[in-house]
Amino acid sequence: MRPAASLIIFTTLSGLGFGLASLIGFGLITATSPKWVMIHGVISLGLIGAGVISSTVHLGHPERAWRALSQWRSSWLSREGVLAALTVLVLAIYFADHLYHGVPRVWLGAVVGILSVLTVIATAMIYASLKTVARWHNALTPVVFVLLSLAGGVVAAAALSALEGMDGTVALTRLGLITVVLAMIIKTLWWLTAGASGSGSTPESATGLGSLGEVRLLMSPHSEENWLQHEMGFQIARKHSHRLAWISLILAAGVPILIMGLYPSSATLLVVAALVHLFGVMVERWLFFAEAKHTVTLFYGARH
Amino acid sequence: MTSLPPASDVKLGLVIDLDICVGCHACVVNCKEWNTAGYGAPLADSNPYGKNPSGSWLNRIHTFEAGHGAEAKVVHFPKSCLHCEDAPCVTVCPTGASYKRAEDGIVLVNEDHCIGCGLCAWACPYGAREMDPAEGVMKKCTLCVDRIYNTHLEEEDRIPACVRTCPTSARHFGDLGDPESEVSQLVAARGGFDLMPEQGTKPVNKYLPPRPRQSVTADEVDLVAMAKKTTPGGFWKWLDQSLDRLPG
Repeated sequence: MRPAASLIIFTTLSGLGFGLASLIGFGLITATSPKWVMIHGVISLGLIGAGVISSTVHLGHPERAWRALSQWRSSWLSREGVLAALTVLVLAIYFADHLYHGVPRVWLGAVVGILSVLTVIATAMIYASLKTVARWHNALTPVVFVLLSLAGGVVAAAALSALEGMDGTVALTRLGLITVVLAMIIKTLWWLTAGASGSGSTPESATGLGSLGEVRLLMSPHSEENWLQHEMGFQIARKHSHRLAWISLILAAGVPILIMGLYPSSATLLVVAALVHLFGVMVERWLFFAEAKHTVTLFYGARH
Repeated sequence: MTSLPPASDVKLGLVIDLDICVGCHACVVNCKEWNTAGYGAPLADSNPYGKNPSGSWLNRIHTFEAGHGAEAKVVHFPKSCLHCEDAPCVTVCPTGASYKRAEDGIVLVNEDHCIGCGLCAWACPYGAREMDPAEGVMKKCTLCVDRIYNTHLEEEDRIPACVRTCPTSARHFGDLGDPESEVSQLVAARGGFDLMPEQGTKPVNKYLPPRPRQSVTADEVDLVAMAKKTTPGGFWKWLDQSLDRLPG
């Protein structure tokens, strides 16, 4: 599948934003002054907002995007839209309420936390529900998305906590270590299981000509690449995919683990850890798309 | 609504005979011609006369080779939307633009509601949907819904453009929900099959397999043996010997 920049930026930035929002919502980091409530608000809502705006870039008709809120009964994309809109609304109310009353409302925070996690699950389910892309159609896909979102959220929360000079920073970095390690263990498991899974479809089943023997494409229907091949026939050299997987592991997990382990209260280094982690997750997301194979390629000469 | 309607009794679709198709692409061209002028936005091309021409088409013909050696077969393989009963392209649509008609099972796109997100094309295992490069909306086979019910057309033209134009009658249109219909009878008689049944989409369109090759014995095709068998006699023998006797 084509790794579209808009979708990589959307899923990673909004994933981080929703992760941070759930940390804030569940009360694992609480701003102590109105100024920091504002900062938390701007950063979490900003990340989510930037992601959502980026996601509309790949649409043919962004002005009709509001229509996507209507089909939540059947469509995970619609559910994601509804949940994201609700989360942003409740999160904004939560920050306003915190500013107005000086103390956060715990139950409202819990709603924010739950909605944030549900939104990330809905994002992941868009991909995990597609039978046509075997690599994504995996029970671990939503787990990976949620854990990476939370891991990013904790690292970002630790950085914010250190910047504000709060007591809980070291506890947050400890939690960050656990979440990042867990996320990467599950992601590695995903690589092992998803990489081995096939769609179950072959050129023989795609054409129904298997009884005649092996089926090979003799002539393509058209001389130049068409939209289907551009969108779903993206290919990546195997050696590069291995290298990139390592790069994403080092950036998303290795560097943040080192920083959080060695300098658990250094504000500057924790900010670096959060940024490096985000970049690592972007590489991971690029691979998530680039390595995924669609069954339509079976009609264009792919073997499985 | 992008939830699927209850299964309809009428299931309009195509039956494509892989034994007959000669891969002439006439159906592809007529499909493009009709649909660029008919239902919805025109079927656009991008850079049609330039270096990397591209464009949206609703019907394409692949050519496959199946089997090896003397038994290998070349099969021309037209592919368009199969109007699946469990159409995954419909349920993933976030806006309700993609829908399946309850009355005849045709899967359509409401182009005024389509946001061009492309998710339906990702959900389709067959590559039956293509994004329009000019309009930014999803395009797909409409089963020529603007022909088959069109009383302004002559009776014989009220069939999909691809079926109407096929010079070898490799394409058939009809109600696959009615076991007595001509297309259903054809499917039953010829062992019509689904594409990628393992994807669970339950396609309405069916394909008819190439007929088995008539068996030929080895010496029938051995031309040398055939030549040796027939030694000339009479006038031809005399001519043969006379020519042999000539000098040079």
